[in-house]
Amino acid sequence: MDLEAEVRGDLLVVRVQQERIDAAAAIEFKDRMRELVDTPAPRVLLDLSRVTFLDSSGLGAVVAVMKLLGPDRRLELAALGPVVRKVFRLTRMDRVFTIHERVSDAL
Amino acid sequence: MPSDGGPASASYRLRLDSRPLAVRAALAELADCPPLRALPSEDRDAAQILLAEILNNCTEHAYAGRSGPVEVALDLRRGQLSCEVADRGRPMPAARPGLPCPVLSLREGGFGWMLIRALAEELRYCHENGVNRLSFRVARTCLAAPDPCPCPRSAIPPESGCESAPRCCEGRTCSD
Repeated sequence: MDLEAEVRGDLLVVRVQQERIDAAAAIEFKDRMRELVDTPAPRVLLDLSRVTFLDSSGLGAVVAVMKLLGPDRRLELAALGPVVRKVFRLTRMDRVFTIHERVSDAL
Repeated sequence: MPSDGGPASASYRLRLDSRPLAVRAALAELADCPPLRALPSEDRDAAQILLAEILNNCTEHAYAGRSGPVEVALDLRRGQLSCEVADRGRPMPAARPGLPCPVLSLREGGFGWMLIRALAEELRYCHENGVNRLSFRVARTCLAAPDPCPCPRSAIPPESGCESAPRCCEGRTCSD
C-alpha cells in the first residue's frame, strides 16, 4: 500500500497513491496508516484523489484509522471520486467525517 | 467472453477464483464489460459497488478465505442490469425474519449490508445441489439515503465500523 505523508502546519496530509482501497488492501492500509499517524499532528487529512474505488472493507479501514486517532485528533478526507463519495453517502459516513472538495480547502 | 449487443442489451459471463486479488482483477474486468459500459455512470458505479460487496461475501463467508470457483452472469435488458453470482461454498444461514433473503450473513448494520440494501433490487438467494446462487438487479435510480437522518452524529460504529453503524433508516425513521 503506497501512502505518502507530508506535514503542513498542524496537518498531516496522507496521499493514497493506490487506486483501490478494497478487501485485498484494507489491512495493509490500516497498518501503514497506524505507522504514519505516529507523527503527532492534531489533524490528519487523507487525500483520496487517486482512489477510484473503495468498498465496505476499505471504508471499515478508514473508520478504524479514525478511531485509532482517538478523541483529540481528527481524521478529515479530501478529493473523493464518485464511487468513494457514493459509498460514504450510502453508509452515512459522510456525516461522520469532515469531507473537503480539494486538499487545498483543508489547509 | 463478451457477447454482442447494442447499448440497450448486452450480456457478460465471467468465472473467477474467490481469493481477494482474483476478485479485484475480476471487478476491474467487469467494470469495463459491455453491460456496465452501457449504463449511465451513476448506475455503473452502483453496479461496481454491488458486485464488489457480493463477491467479497463469497470470499469471506461462502469460502471463508479458501480458494473456490465463482461465476458471474450479467444481463442488460432495456437499460436494466440483472446479475447472478454462483459459488460452491458454504450455504448462507437461514433468512432472518423480515429480511427478503439471507444475504445477510453479512452483519446487520455492517457497511456491506447497508450498501447492498441501498443498491440492489429483487435480491434472491437459493442453495441447490451444492451451489449458492444469488441474483439481484441494480437499482436504476439510487434514491437511497436522500434525507437527513435523525441519528446522532456520534453514532460511529465500533470495531471496523460494523455491528452498530447508524441503524437508520433509509431516510425515514430511526429505531435507536
